[in-house]
Amino acid sequence: MVNQTQTQALRTAPSPGRSIGPSRWTRAGLWFRRTGWRHLVGIVACIFAGFPILYVLSASLNEQGTLISSNSMFSSVSWGNYFQLFHMPQQPYGNWYINTIVIGLLTAAMSVFLGALAAYAFSRLRFTGRRVGLLALILVQMFPQVLSIVAIYLLLDTLGEISPTLGINSRLALILVYLGGALGTNTYLMYGFFNTVPKEIDEAAEIDGAGHVRIFFTIILPLAAPILAVIALLSFIGTVSEYAVASTVLVSPEKQTLAVGLYDFVSQKFSQNWGLFSAGAVLAAIPVVVVFFFLQRYIVSGLTLGSVK
Amino acid sequence: MSSHDSQVDQGKSRKRRQAERIAERASVRLGPTLVKIVLLGLLDAFSVYSAFMLAARRSWYFMAAVIVVALVINWIYWQQGHLAAKYLTPGLIFLLIFQLFAITYSAYISFTNYGTGHNGDKEQAITSLLQAASTKVPNSPSYTVTVVQCGKDLGFAIANDDGEIQVGNAHTPLHQVQAASSDESGHVSKLPGCQVLDFNDLLSRQDEVTTLAVPLSSDAKQGQLKTSDGQTAFVYKPSLEYNRAKDTMTDTTTGLVYTDRGTGAFVAEGDKELKPGWKINVGLSNFTSVFASKQLRGPFGQVMVWTIEFSVISVASTFILGLFLALVFNEPRMKGRKIYRSILILPYAFPAFLSALVWSGLLNEKFGFVNQVLLGGADIPWLHSAGLAKIAILVVNLWLGFPYMFLVCMGALQSIPEDLSEAAKIDGASAWQIFRLIKFPLLLVSVAPLLISSFAMNFNNFNLIYMLTQGGPAQTGTGLNVGSTDILISMVYKIAFVGADKNYGLASAFAIVIFAVVALVSAIGFRASKSLEELN
Repeated sequence: MVNQTQTQALRTAPSPGRSIGPSRWTRAGLWFRRTGWRHLVGIVACIFAGFPILYVLSASLNEQGTLISSNSMFSSVSWGNYFQLFHMPQQPYGNWYINTIVIGLLTAAMSVFLGALAAYAFSRLRFTGRRVGLLALILVQMFPQVLSIVAIYLLLDTLGEISPTLGINSRLALILVYLGGALGTNTYLMYGFFNTVPKEIDEAAEIDGAGHVRIFFTIILPLAAPILAVIALLSFIGTVSEYAVASTVLVSPEKQTLAVGLYDFVSQKFSQNWGLFSAGAVLAAIPVVVVFFFLQRYIVSGLTLGSVK
Repeated sequence: MSSHDSQVDQGKSRKRRQAERIAERASVRLGPTLVKIVLLGLLDAFSVYSAFMLAARRSWYFMAAVIVVALVINWIYWQQGHLAAKYLTPGLIFLLIFQLFAITYSAYISFTNYGTGHNGDKEQAITSLLQAASTKVPNSPSYTVTVVQCGKDLGFAIANDDGEIQVGNAHTPLHQVQAASSDESGHVSKLPGCQVLDFNDLLSRQDEVTTLAVPLSSDAKQGQLKTSDGQTAFVYKPSLEYNRAKDTMTDTTTGLVYTDRGTGAFVAEGDKELKPGWKINVGLSNFTSVFASKQLRGPFGQVMVWTIEFSVISVASTFILGLFLALVFNEPRMKGRKIYRSILILPYAFPAFLSALVWSGLLNEKFGFVNQVLLGGADIPWLHSAGLAKIAILVVNLWLGFPYMFLVCMGALQSIPEDLSEAAKIDGASAWQIFRLIKFPLLLVSVAPLLISSFAMNFNNFNLIYMLTQGGPAQTGTGLNVGSTDILISMVYKIAFVGADKNYGLASAFAIVIFAVVALVSAIGFRASKSLEELN
């Protein structure tokens, strides 16, 4: 290993004097010019990237729980905030958590399914309006739902008079609203990926007598699993973070999501609630971060695939 | 011999079984058909139910829409063929209702004055004006009342001198009832089908009781009974009088006449308006006021400029830092790259709304880490001065956004073939030249569409702005509820939902303008990058 780096260093070292046998200092200098400065940059960047997260972790363990006491990092370590989090009658953190996970998972699963159905049609079937349809999808998704939030509010208000389960303050209604954005970018990304699955495979299956439903479920979906995972994760993260629509639709505290509940909670008494908020934030981030790192490989390839496509 | 036969038999039967399995798979199976029947059945049941409910509410257009949609869906799925429609319909239904309809409806609202004080139609406005404008009649006789609850509604019960008992609530005027009894103090003690509220009930439902108004008779001019203590009531009469023939409201105490001048409210001399008004079509006035009214043009222009600055700088800064780090780490000889990468993408993995809130704590003026620890107790108003708040937002967004660009650039760099730069090196190109003339242009080709979508994303980055500064610090002296760091989308949200004066019409007009801007910018960008040319 050392030999290899040395010879590489020698090969590219321009000065003839050094080629005889580099002293310890010049070797250190070479190392620094080659990779050492990269480590310096990396350490600085890592502090910038990691510090706020380390800080929130420390604040969540601080039993005094105010903003100012959180500045002395890791001075006290206790789980008090985490226990107290689940004993606030006005702020049902447990409910927020479950709501967020359920709404996030259902929205992600349904979005992927609806998007995959559409992407299959665009990728494998030939029909009139196909190209226009794809372009229209991209155009429509540029209109974020937050912009039509007034219309969504009024629409749900009307729906609620027909059936309260679809009206304002209904979690199901919120999921349905989110599914309005299930096509759009998702379809576009999946369409790109489906195109890379060789058509010969489903043609062979068709000759063997498999119907389109069978081809879709047993051939296309399993082969496209990586992109499905990426879309599901991105959709889950997007849903978990969404505030504006959720805050408009979900009114009563026990039905709210983490984004709505935690924001309202921390904005009430900012500096006093800090420890509790931090504990809530850490717990809220854990599933997302874990899944993210679990699927990291796919996300990176999915992002670049989407871009290169 | 026999053993060989049985082997052949075994082989045959295995093949037959295999063939049967394939045939079974190929034929139409019962499962999917059952699923189809159940799902369509549920949908039809819900459609019929909704159609009846809508018919009962006389919403004919909505009813027709529900029936048409249900018929179309059934037609699509019971037909042979039309495969594309079968795959597209599920997603399209949601898209049609919650995106396209919502956009169209937004466009419609943008042509109205819908908002606080203009919520319903004219009839509703007249009714609520007359109800709200009631004042106590001078020298009104006092009535001894008992507050009762019949079903869900609260009402008043009154025993007159002859022992007759009358009951009424907000919707039904006082009318006589039988089989009720009163005690000697004049309070009603028993009323069939109703519950008499005791003192504790009165206390706990104080608000409901004091706002309750019961009409004396079906003639509204007779006035209503109101009570402030749940024991004694007085007659209240509307101080407004509606003249249906002239379509005017007259204030009976001042004699002021309010007329409908087509602005969605009754207006008197000196532009005195009665609230609430009603919803009317205002044509393009919301749009013209965005561009022409002095009160709005200034703030709108500022917000527009800041939105563009914010998006452009955010994309540029995250891209530059991400690309720089990708170049730094794109060196196979460097050790521990995986560890660095895992830490660097942490901001991307951490939910964004939480990050913004965490940063607002770090940057807190009095107690935040940045001022207290890093700057040794300084008092820098990071989020409360217009200029610094903008800088804070850009730094936080750099923190949030660079990992994405880092990942993308890493991927793009690795897909550029090494031999290109090798060849250039042999020709004597410097590292900077190789980067500037070879790697960067190639990288840009694959990253450009992402930069455009990142621009569009930041253009509408509601969470960051709202969670970090709520658009603040507030700007005083503007006609709108906008702060110095509001971007267009947070401005729309605040106009529509935050504060006492909600203006849905204006918010929707802004939304349409924003959509036009984003669509235009993206169209130009996509055309430039030609990324859509690959669609075939």
